[in-house]
Amino acid sequence: MSKNLHQMVQLNRRQALKAAGAGVVALGFASSAHATPDETASALSKATGGAQAMAGSAKVTIKLPEIAENGSTVPLTVTVDSPMTDADYVKHIHVFAEGNPSPEVISFNLTPANGKAEVSSRMRLAKTQNVVVAAVMSDGSVHTNSKEVKVTIGGCGG
Amino acid sequence: MKFTTLVAVTAVVGASFALGACTTGEPNPYGNKAGDVWSGYKTATAETHAMQDDDFENPAMPVVDAALETYNADPGNGASCASCHGAPDDATGGKIGVPMKGVGAKYPIYDPATKAPINVELRINKCRTEAQGAKAFKYESDDMQGMTALVNMQSRGMPRVTTADEPGDVLNPAFQAGKEFYYQRRGQLDMACKHCHEDNPATLIRAETLSQGQSNGFPTYRFKWQKMGSLHRRFRGCNKNIRAEPYGYGSIEYLNLETYLAWRGRGLPVEAPAVRK
Amino acid sequence: MAKKPRVKLPKKAKAGELVLVKTLASHKMETGNRKDKKGEKIPRLIINKFMCKVNGTEVFSADLQTAVSADPYISFYITAKESGSYEFSWTDDNGKVATVTKEMAVS
Repeated sequence: MSKNLHQMVQLNRRQALKAAGAGVVALGFASSAHATPDETASALSKATGGAQAMAGSAKVTIKLPEIAENGSTVPLTVTVDSPMTDADYVKHIHVFAEGNPSPEVISFNLTPANGKAEVSSRMRLAKTQNVVVAAVMSDGSVHTNSKEVKVTIGGCGG
Repeated sequence: MKFTTLVAVTAVVGASFALGACTTGEPNPYGNKAGDVWSGYKTATAETHAMQDDDFENPAMPVVDAALETYNADPGNGASCASCHGAPDDATGGKIGVPMKGVGAKYPIYDPATKAPINVELRINKCRTEAQGAKAFKYESDDMQGMTALVNMQSRGMPRVTTADEPGDVLNPAFQAGKEFYYQRRGQLDMACKHCHEDNPATLIRAETLSQGQSNGFPTYRFKWQKMGSLHRRFRGCNKNIRAEPYGYGSIEYLNLETYLAWRGRGLPVEAPAVRK
Repeated sequence: MAKKPRVKLPKKAKAGELVLVKTLASHKMETGNRKDKKGEKIPRLIINKFMCKVNGTEVFSADLQTAVSADPYISFYITAKESGSYEFSWTDDNGKVATVTKEMAVS
């Protein structure tokens, strides 16, 4: 009797762990393969045409929650300091997630008509990681910045 | 003399305020002070609040938009919802004088036809099949949940009310059955609703903050579901989490539980469609 | 794309005014990583492109990947210049396009 009970407890733990993992599985990010900072750097380089990036640039402000309520919907706002004139504007804002199965998240393509280089969206994050943003200016220069977001798996998501 | 009368009146008013919807039934398990009963909104982050508080930002709204189109559309026999009830926000209740306002605050109610509680989802289908000559919606479909959210939204901010706890009330048997369910251990983990939601709200289970398990925000857009879903879906998820066989959508077990939960959360404002993690 | 996307754009603006545009589409954004009950992969199907045109000229676009949340939300700014048609389009992996057109009067 006690042996069966023991087996049941083992099953419970395994199933409880599975249930906890279910949150991540549901996202579709169940594969153990995650991007690395190196892969992200090369994806960034590809997107920005290989230009030398000004890292940690004060021109790029990233608004993200410190702790994501749920990794499936993380609100993001990026503001890039730029006059947005015909002579000097932000052409692209690329967003990468260093720890997702693939690092590319979204790329915004702007024109001077936007008037202000501030964009928002909502993204999926598979786990705690750095979100890296690269702004490509009209003169070809690249400014980047990053912010860490903590993503937890709930104990009893349901 | 005048001052003491004023104090006495304030005390009486204050006391009835604290008790929420006045009832002669059971005492509130969470207490009677303001703030003792709270919804999941309290423990959600600022970003999540921003999504719920703005009808444009709320990711549930496109589905509600579609439901509004259905509300106004001819289902086949000319009897659109609007033809009887007027616009969803028509407080006079249209041609038949039955407004949508207040429905979300007082359901589930008793259905003499089935001698059981009936919730908003099932009431919508009752109307569709009996009054509109239309096909019933599937319970968890976007059509159904969108329409349920559209109805519940009309009671936004109104406090939830119920008399099901009062002995002799027509819903009291359902209330008692729901209460029994709430306190009944079940599943391989041998847990009852109370173990999380009454004994441990606001504490952490691994990385998750437990709520009181209130129902005033449903249908709710849950990030985990990446869509809006029903209270019964949440019940099923909870039951599965403790490795119990879940009951069906619209099942009598969940209708009874829904009746009971409406009492546990009485006084809470209707928040549909809420946004949660 | 089942439901119509929503767009928040003021009906009128002053010339030179910075206008905040908000958009919300209704879409599962299926990543292609999830498996169904039989254990087979559910094929990827996402909105991969969003575009905004003013009187036919593109002013803003976005290229979306699978990491964009379901029910994709995108907001951006436009400097109010010309009155006219503001056309918003969402394209999915199958090439299906959903379009919402709104008028804004610029004085």
